Amino acid sequence: MRIINRTPSRRTAVLLGLLPFAALIVSYAIASHYRRLDNPADKLLPSLGDMASTFWSMAFVADKRSGDYLLLGDTLDSLWRLGAGVGTATLIALVLGIAIGFIPHIRSSLAPFIASFSLIPPITILPILFIIFGLGEVSKVVLIVVGTAPVMVRSVAQAVMNIPRELIIKAETLGASVWQMTTRLVLPQILPHLITAIRLGLVPAWIFLISAEAIASTSGLGYRIFLVRRYLAMDVILPYVIWITLLAYLIDRLLLIVSRRAFPWHHAGGNSL
Amino acid sequence: MKTPPKVAVKNVSMRFGDVLVLERLNLDIAAGTFCTIVGASGCGKSTFLQMLLSNTRPTGGAIELDGVPLPDEPTPERGIVFQRYSVFPHLTVEDNLILASEFAASPVTGKLFGGARRKARAEVRETLERIGLAPAAKRYPAQLSGGMQQRLAIAQALLKKPAILLLDEPFGALDPGIRNDMQELLLQLWREQAMTVFMVTHDIQEAFKLGTRMLVFDKVRHDPVAPEAYGATITYDLRLKDGVSEPPPAMGALLPDPAASV
Ligand SMILES: Nc1ncnc2c1ncn2[C@@H]1O[C@H](COP(=O)(O)OP(=O)(O)OP(=O)(O)O)[C@@H](O)[C@H]1O
Ligand SMILES: [Mg+2]
Repeated sequence: MRIINRTPSRRTAVLLGLLPFAALIVSYAIASHYRRLDNPADKLLPSLGDMASTFWSMAFVADKRSGDYLLLGDTLDSLWRLGAGVGTATLIALVLGIAIGFIPHIRSSLAPFIASFSLIPPITILPILFIIFGLGEVSKVVLIVVGTAPVMVRSVAQAVMNIPRELIIKAETLGASVWQMTTRLVLPQILPHLITAIRLGLVPAWIFLISAEAIASTSGLGYRIFLVRRYLAMDVILPYVIWITLLAYLIDRLLLIVSRRAFPWHHAGGNSL
Repeated sequence: MKTPPKVAVKNVSMRFGDVLVLERLNLDIAAGTFCTIVGASGCGKSTFLQMLLSNTRPTGGAIELDGVPLPDEPTPERGIVFQRYSVFPHLTVEDNLILASEFAASPVTGKLFGGARRKARAEVRETLERIGLAPAAKRYPAQLSGGMQQRLAIAQALLKKPAILLLDEPFGALDPGIRNDMQELLLQLWREQAMTVFMVTHDIQEAFKLGTRMLVFDKVRHDPVAPEAYGATITYDLRLKDGVSEPPPAMGALLPDPAASV
């Protein structure tokens, strides 16, 4: 049989999926082992055990100076910023996206503007945000909003425009007002696409979050890894990177599950990543 | 005073850019007519329905409804069934059917809740039985067969008791057995509700079987140098008696072959 027609069984699929991870861990362990044979005090590739114990103490041992659990505090601070930023971007995407996608006059007046705005590299306006909003929480959240909202607006607007015209005409013949069409037809039809837009928006959102925390912050996951960089503390940085990746992965999966549960009609048929 | 026809089409033409699709359409349709429309693919049948629906406007001429120019956007007095995308995929069968009353009852949310919704759902019970979808009331359209979807679409299009029902190849994707049942259902509904029906079809048998009047769209004028210069118009306008189900032998050869145009 041709290879494109052979699908792995569930067990094989899981095993195949784990393979690259196992390969990475094993090659790391080997490399680290040989480096530490040369120099037992090597900081660059700490042993898996060292990383585990450092991570453990970051997670479950209260910090001597502040008495806080560092990992918990960093995670909560970062997630709060991420949530506030992506949440705001989602609201903006919903309102502007529907307006642009549904109402031609608003599309004409806003679409070119949003398209231009989305081309600004968000990091370049970070200094402006710092000047306007100071170094506090607001500028980090705004950076995430600026970095993710325009693309999300455009994908929501596109989703609205992709609603078959027939359905909108049908709603008109059933006596719907524009507002009723928005609440009963457009909104439910695009919610699954909104979730997809959020999932795609989260990728740049994490980048902007970590960057903003690295540049000006006193807490957060990004702050921590850039802080300990000075001591070459790879035993903190590497587990943190894995932790951030895990969080991003879990949020993404959670959104996918929410979408499948809430919009079974959307996911009927076809598999998605 | 003479009452105006239900629908009057006055010298209507339609042009997309340089392409003249329809020209010199003139028609008076009496109330209660079941008007079937046939013609080669791409000759402008759907375009004609879109104009009757006010979804597109003719580039020339005018269409009148009861002697008054058509409203310039779709309204509840004209129901529509498309070949696809006719029902709302995110609503269950019964919720597709209560939608019109929800729109009427609640201007702000467009949705009924609790007791009001239970009442509305109970009211469509009879319709569901009628179209044979009662057991599927809680299913989504994607979980229905093509025939079930079209039955739902027809029932939904009739919710506002439209004076005019437009159908664009509603049974085009159905197999012959189901198609027969659907035709019967449609005829019953037409008789009960005293509507004027316009139905586009590729199936010439169907056009003869259902219609009390049949329009054939075709190009009569051809310019070999500029094939786009002339549009299609109504080449045959047949008043059929109820019950004629076969094309008269002389006509058969003139009409587009249904098999060739699908
Ligand atoms: N929006 C549009 N812009 C440009 N051309 C169009 C547009 N809509 C329709 N046409 C053209 O008008 C012609 C008639 O289209 P229409 O869909 O009405 O044909 P039809 O008779 O319904 O065909 P079919 O039987 O295949 O459904 C086609 O040649 C099509 O290319
Ligand atoms: Mg057509």
